[in-house]
Amino acid sequence: MIGAGKIKQYSNILEKPLSKGKQEVSLSAFAFLFSELVQYNQTQVDNIAELERRLEDAGYAVGARVLELLCHRDKGNRRETRLLGILSFVHSTVWKVLFGKVADSLEKGTEHEDEYMISEKDLLVNKFISVPKDMGTFNCGAFVAGIVRGVLDGAGFPAVVTAHFVPMEGLHRPRTTILIKFAEEVLQREARLG
Amino acid sequence: MTAAAPRSGEAIFSSFERVNAELFTLTYGAIVRQLLTDLEEVEEVNKQLDQMGYNIGIRLIDEFLAKSKASRCVDFKETSEMIAKIGFKMFLGVSASVVNWDADGSCCSIILEDNPLVDFVELPDTCQGLYYCNVLSGVIRGALEMVAMKTEVTWIRDVLRGDDAYELQVKLLKQIPEEYPYKNDE
Repeated sequence: MIGAGKIKQYSNILEKPLSKGKQEVSLSAFAFLFSELVQYNQTQVDNIAELERRLEDAGYAVGARVLELLCHRDKGNRRETRLLGILSFVHSTVWKVLFGKVADSLEKGTEHEDEYMISEKDLLVNKFISVPKDMGTFNCGAFVAGIVRGVLDGAGFPAVVTAHFVPMEGLHRPRTTILIKFAEEVLQREARLG
Repeated sequence: MTAAAPRSGEAIFSSFERVNAELFTLTYGAIVRQLLTDLEEVEEVNKQLDQMGYNIGIRLIDEFLAKSKASRCVDFKETSEMIAKIGFKMFLGVSASVVNWDADGSCCSIILEDNPLVDFVELPDTCQGLYYCNVLSGVIRGALEMVAMKTEVTWIRDVLRGDDAYELQVKLLKQIPEEYPYKNDE
């Protein structure tokens, strides 16, 4: 807020007007903060799986809040009830707000009915991260997987979400794929809705 | 006084790649929450946030110097102006101002008009001693230490604790002379 006077005091945070979401910070500020998050968690865990789980939990909290914020602000409090609806919400709206662009692709898994994949050539959180060989398949995209899980869980579509590197020819850095495996009840409900 | 004038904070900020401030805010919130769950003591969390800020600051100063093309500051007054006008603008996109200089020019206050870290945040009663934005004080301390100034940075006013603005006090403790890793007569 610009002005010479005091910032208006709101006694209750809920009365404060919601920002339009157009404010930005520099990419390096976010990259520094994210690297501190990963470094701090590295000191707290003994193995890779634990580290990925903690990053995912951090992302889960972000996702739950992003869902609330976006539903209220951008979607006018309408709730998604169909699978494809929520997936395209994540793929387009959530990605656009968080990363400035829609996700590169959304695909349905061929082997299993309950699997969907969102792919991104250059995931924002992985941009400045290099994973040493002894950490194996560790992927900082676990944070984004957590965000997606938070959004889906909050919307009523429980799922297991993980992040994987997929090497691609022609790109020297592998693509990151977020794999979403929906719970049984989601598919049953979807089948019932027709 | 300088060969090439340093670029203004606004110009650098627009030339940077930017991300949505809300992602930044929510990620910071997740970090603070994780720390509170792990450490449980508010004082410990404050210290940890300061440490994390320090780690960020020692690397951030390189980027700041590279992107802003700033030359050596003549005195501490200029340093604080640089932090407030250019540093905060470059990285967080917010303006800050420097006020309250003391008699010998070694202590000043930086006031933040806007703070993207604290959107949507409310401190519960159990965390009243928490300096939520303590990472910022660590960043300034770390950055200045890398340019040979030992400082002490404390929060004077914090909106989350009921004050009306964000005010950081930066106090210069001493200038560290450059130490050369070899002796001249070897």
